[in-house]
Amino acid sequence: MLDKPIVDSYKSYTRRRNRVFIVLILTLLLTSAISLSLGSSNMSLADLVSALLGNEESTNSTIIWHIRFPRIIGAVLAGWALAMSGVVLQCILHNPLASPYTLGISQGAAFGAALAITVIGFQPTEVNSAILNFLSLGTGFFAFLGASATTCVLLILSQKRKLSSEAIILSGVALSALASAGTMMIQYFASDIEVASIVFWTFGDVSRASWKDLSLVAIFLLPSFIYFMLNRWNMNAIMEGAEVAKTLGVNAEKMIKINIMLAALVTSLVVATFGVIGFIGLAAPHITRLLVGGDHRHLLPQSCITGALLLLVSDTIARNILSPVVLPVGIITSFMGAPLFLYMLMKGGNRKF
Amino acid sequence: MAVIGMNGSGKSTLLKCLNGLLKPRSGIVMLDGKNLNKMKREEIAKHVGYVPQRYHEGDLTVFDAVLLGRKPHIYWSPSDYDFDVVNYALQAMEIERYALRPVRELSGGEIQRVMLARAIAQEPKVLLLDEPTSSLDLYHQIEVMNLLYMMAKDMGMAIIFSMHDINLALQFADRFLLLKEGKVYAYGGLEIITPQNIEDVFKVEVSLTQIGDHILVTPLLKSKNNFDFAESVNLGA
Repeated sequence: MLDKPIVDSYKSYTRRRNRVFIVLILTLLLTSAISLSLGSSNMSLADLVSALLGNEESTNSTIIWHIRFPRIIGAVLAGWALAMSGVVLQCILHNPLASPYTLGISQGAAFGAALAITVIGFQPTEVNSAILNFLSLGTGFFAFLGASATTCVLLILSQKRKLSSEAIILSGVALSALASAGTMMIQYFASDIEVASIVFWTFGDVSRASWKDLSLVAIFLLPSFIYFMLNRWNMNAIMEGAEVAKTLGVNAEKMIKINIMLAALVTSLVVATFGVIGFIGLAAPHITRLLVGGDHRHLLPQSCITGALLLLVSDTIARNILSPVVLPVGIITSFMGAPLFLYMLMKGGNRKF
Repeated sequence: MAVIGMNGSGKSTLLKCLNGLLKPRSGIVMLDGKNLNKMKREEIAKHVGYVPQRYHEGDLTVFDAVLLGRKPHIYWSPSDYDFDVVNYALQAMEIERYALRPVRELSGGEIQRVMLARAIAQEPKVLLLDEPTSSLDLYHQIEVMNLLYMMAKDMGMAIIFSMHDINLALQFADRFLLLKEGKVYAYGGLEIITPQNIEDVFKVEVSLTQIGDHILVTPLLKSKNNFDFAESVNLGA
């Protein structure tokens, strides 16, 4: 048997990346537990445990099962989905700036929602509050349409017109400006109540999802995640350029199309359910890249965990920092994420192996 | 086999056709008696390796980038054999000390060797190389070509490369394909390398010198278009 120092050091490098993964998962579980026990109702640890064990009668149980748990699951799912879309978009567009937010997919969804709230009148009033559940679904559906419209334009530009990845990002910026302008226009002519409900909607908040909404997100998220995981090698190949990918046996064009559509679907679902949450889709992949490098076999799953973790921490802070006021998490992600991101970029910039 | 011709004469296009990246407008490409365009990409990938002229430098480490060459052969996760092949390819290209560094931190010649290592790790029957030595220094040009020559000899691998350095090509190739304006000008062994043929293909007069075993092509330093730069500037002013 030959001595193979390179293979050995590579294997230990892989083990190191796996260790990062385990640490991330443990941190996420721990944060979930902490987040569950924190809140404005001053629940003791014993109350928490008894509520978790199914003490149906108490208020604590209601708080845990109907407020905190859905919220935590929501944060995890949304962070997961946004980070996943970010990784996928950055990979296929060969551009580190790609993310649901920078490509205008999120803004498209927000425009759709604003349209639904004002023009079609899907906002809570005394008359329709009884069927509010259904109406929120309507807003979500329009958000989904808005996001899909943006994605379709991007798809057509990239596939039919063969724009470069830089041009795609620029068109994303243009589309997001267009969608934002549309939203502002609607707000300008809307009534006070409508404006309030649009603004509330665009804030991005993981608390508004019911168990039903959450399962809907999960139903789409999990298969896409599995699909992307099965294609983790192919994504590595695509990152090396479409030609190389094809020589390695990857049907690059088909894969790029499917990837963009899945990423848009998952994003629009998240935006439709939770509102616009910026930054996670951009920051989580980059933070993870600094931790484990650019190999999608590691980058993809770990970014998802990082995204979930980022959003959960942000949301926990949002709930507790000005207690009993609960801030929308979208504000915190950018407040906390941006400095963290800048710090990591600076640190990463100096790193030499 | 060396593919030789001027810029834009169709060298890269030919290589891309041979590998199914482009479909020929007429004619078919046969691989082991099968029509290449009817084969699936995964199937082609097991038999044909290709190194393009230009490539993206991803975020992957060198080891991961080379391991990617094993992708057509890997179903779920890489085996020890895959690691051995990558190990061999890294050593062959003398890039093992960069194994865990990101590809984009390397120099142009080093990246070119990473791409070659990937193609070698793919263990193809046919290896298509588009200017494989364009960024390499003299030492590595010889090393790489020597290694490829040995692989062709020992493993029966067919290697088709395009190259601008005719002398380097002359030393290592046993068949030559001269392209001119998208058409095959001549194909054959050393006998087609004549001053007349080279002049027709490259529009440059050359002389051939025999040194020991091999032939050396020397251009006679006289450009066909005697373009006087100073004069044209003066005219412009």
